[in-house]
Amino acid sequence: MDVKRKKTGSKGNPTNTAKVTPETSWAERKVSRRDVLKGAVVATAGLVAGSGVIGGFPTVWAQKIKDIKLLQVGGSYSSIIDIARQASKELGFTIKMQNASSDALVNRVATQPKSLDIADIEFWMVPKLIPRGVLGGIDTKRFKLWDKIVPIFTKGEYPDGRKVSRQGTLPYEVQYLDGPGSKKFHDGRSRWATLVPTIYNADTLGIRPDIIKRPIEHWHELLNPEFKGKTAILDVPAIGIMDAAMAIESRGDIKYGDKGNMTREELDKTIKILIDAKKSGQFRAFWTTFDESVNLMAAGEVVIQSMWSPAVTAVRARGIPCYYAPLKEGYRAWASGSCPMKHLSGLKLDAFYEYINWHQSGWQGGFIAKQGYYSSIPETAKKFLTDDEWGFWYGGKAAKGDIKDPYGKLQEKAGSIRDGGSFWERMGNVACWNTVMDESRYMVRKWNEFIAA
Amino acid sequence: MKLSQRVVSYLQVAPLALVMLVFLGIPAVMILTVSFFDYDEFDLIPRFIFGNYVELIESGLTYSLYWSTIKFAVMVWVLTLVIGFTASYFLVFHVRALFWKIALFLVCTVPFWTSNIIRMISWIPVLGREGLVNKSLMFLGIIDQPLEFLLFSNFAVVLAYVHLYTLFMVVTLFNSMARIDPAVIEAAVDAGASRWQVITQIVIPLSKTGIALGSIFVIALVMGDFFVVRIMSGGQSASVVLAMYNEIALLQYPPAAASAVVLVIIVSLMVWGILRIVDVRKELSN
Repeated sequence: MDVKRKKTGSKGNPTNTAKVTPETSWAERKVSRRDVLKGAVVATAGLVAGSGVIGGFPTVWAQKIKDIKLLQVGGSYSSIIDIARQASKELGFTIKMQNASSDALVNRVATQPKSLDIADIEFWMVPKLIPRGVLGGIDTKRFKLWDKIVPIFTKGEYPDGRKVSRQGTLPYEVQYLDGPGSKKFHDGRSRWATLVPTIYNADTLGIRPDIIKRPIEHWHELLNPEFKGKTAILDVPAIGIMDAAMAIESRGDIKYGDKGNMTREELDKTIKILIDAKKSGQFRAFWTTFDESVNLMAAGEVVIQSMWSPAVTAVRARGIPCYYAPLKEGYRAWASGSCPMKHLSGLKLDAFYEYINWHQSGWQGGFIAKQGYYSSIPETAKKFLTDDEWGFWYGGKAAKGDIKDPYGKLQEKAGSIRDGGSFWERMGNVACWNTVMDESRYMVRKWNEFIAA
Repeated sequence: MKLSQRVVSYLQVAPLALVMLVFLGIPAVMILTVSFFDYDEFDLIPRFIFGNYVELIESGLTYSLYWSTIKFAVMVWVLTLVIGFTASYFLVFHVRALFWKIALFLVCTVPFWTSNIIRMISWIPVLGREGLVNKSLMFLGIIDQPLEFLLFSNFAVVLAYVHLYTLFMVVTLFNSMARIDPAVIEAAVDAGASRWQVITQIVIPLSKTGIALGSIFVIALVMGDFFVVRIMSGGQSASVVLAMYNEIALLQYPPAAASAVVLVIIVSLMVWGILRIVDVRKELSN
């Protein structure tokens, strides 16, 4: 990217950015931001991108912050090294990133909180981690764009005022705290938040339309004997059981009070149905990693399974048709966010706020949009997408040109439409959220029974 | 000044003892301690309870997990033993030239130059529904439907284990067979022993140490595994450690610690049983 910037030599003239290719336009935008950086407001450059700039920090502070290194640990879909590089380049101090699977992540944050500076975690981990007192929380006054975050997070509702499903851990329920350092969640809005929401998506079933050859509209197709031996679910107990519950409820076997917080009786019934299905050979496999799910689908082992959005894209990239089917019952959604660890203070904490303000100012949102994920502040992401990209990823519109991934590789051909449609068609139809149940102890035991059956 | 023999021995043992104490002893004590802790959704509660063990012993799940894990261990043990024994026997008694002996022994270790995970995952494109084996068989017209049991099944799990762990049998057996004095075998043959009698009455008894050590390796590895089982069964079979892993994923350390302690006890009992049958120390001191 750097090379490209030098070659074009243009210094961020906004009039010519519209015509160039997406990558170049990114590069040029960076230039314009860098120019700002070089200006009088070095210390606060991270806060730019449209919003007002606060100046006035002493120069010493700007000097010292250069030596700061912050280590962020999170999932591979969210703590992406390209984002760390870009942040370090624009902010003038160093952001490092490490990836961990959700199991490893929650264990590390809980038991070795000092081994990282920034927790990049999913919202369902928050109720497990807040009572342990390891997270630093967010002062929303220091995050400039708080009011621009989509209301799903900040109010628990859609822009039209409809309430978002509370089955599972709706981020809003664990979004606010009583006060700084509090271990109690606050009902309703407050100045103190747990995480700055950063990335989220709505998950559903992926199918092989070339093999199934008919529309798939309901979750219960996962348990349809027609696909015996050719289905798979996720073997992460807390999430796998939700997908199973979506299928079971859709078939009409159980009407759950809250799929995200089952009673023991509901768990018993659910696991019994799953064991019966397993014994009759319904499942081909239970997958745990992204690659496994891609390979299962691409190799024809499985024709219908729970999947993540980029996994569907990865299957298609191999020239194999794969469809991320929007289903009548709705999506299972998840969301991640970032917060400083409790041990951060002084300059390091200041650096964290610099970073998180930069993080949500658009570059990251544009990057992850091209991987099929949503930004918590779509309007900033929009600035880093072409109109065509914005229309495709957020608008549910047919792509006018080829759609490329963040690395410039062809992802979707011109004319294609995103599966499930626009942002609000997808996020507006969430049935439940990733979660950990109150009965998680019992749930894990039952899940182990299912796997051992 | 000359150190006494005793002090020298202690000094020689000290580095390993220290490493074992720090990296095995202390963690083991911690696991034992935590296994008696109580816990709630958020934290460990340092209070002495037997609840974790009671729950473990009362749960039918524990028994089915041990049943399936021990079943794998026994199957793998038998297969690795037969394959390991045959391979070592061939290397030691059929290959005459020392050069070829060593060369072929090294060939046995070639697959182990790559990582465990790669060796295991390579089976997936071979055994899959559209994998090498199924495609070939269908091409040859031997089958018209792909064989589903090849992958994501107990068959696949055992296959991967045998592939991964046979070397431990080969190495230990090769080592003890190579120590058998050829004169003993010549004498037996001269006295009219058949090949079978030579194997059962001379080779097997004299390679007991190798069998015992190889068995300990294989059984301990299979009992403590969760990764092979998870990948090769496509997540459809469980093992004791996999269940533990699921508990740890949700921060339920005390019950996981309790099952770890029980597993250590059971594996120790198995090792103790093997050592009761074969006095490794006596054999090694020869």
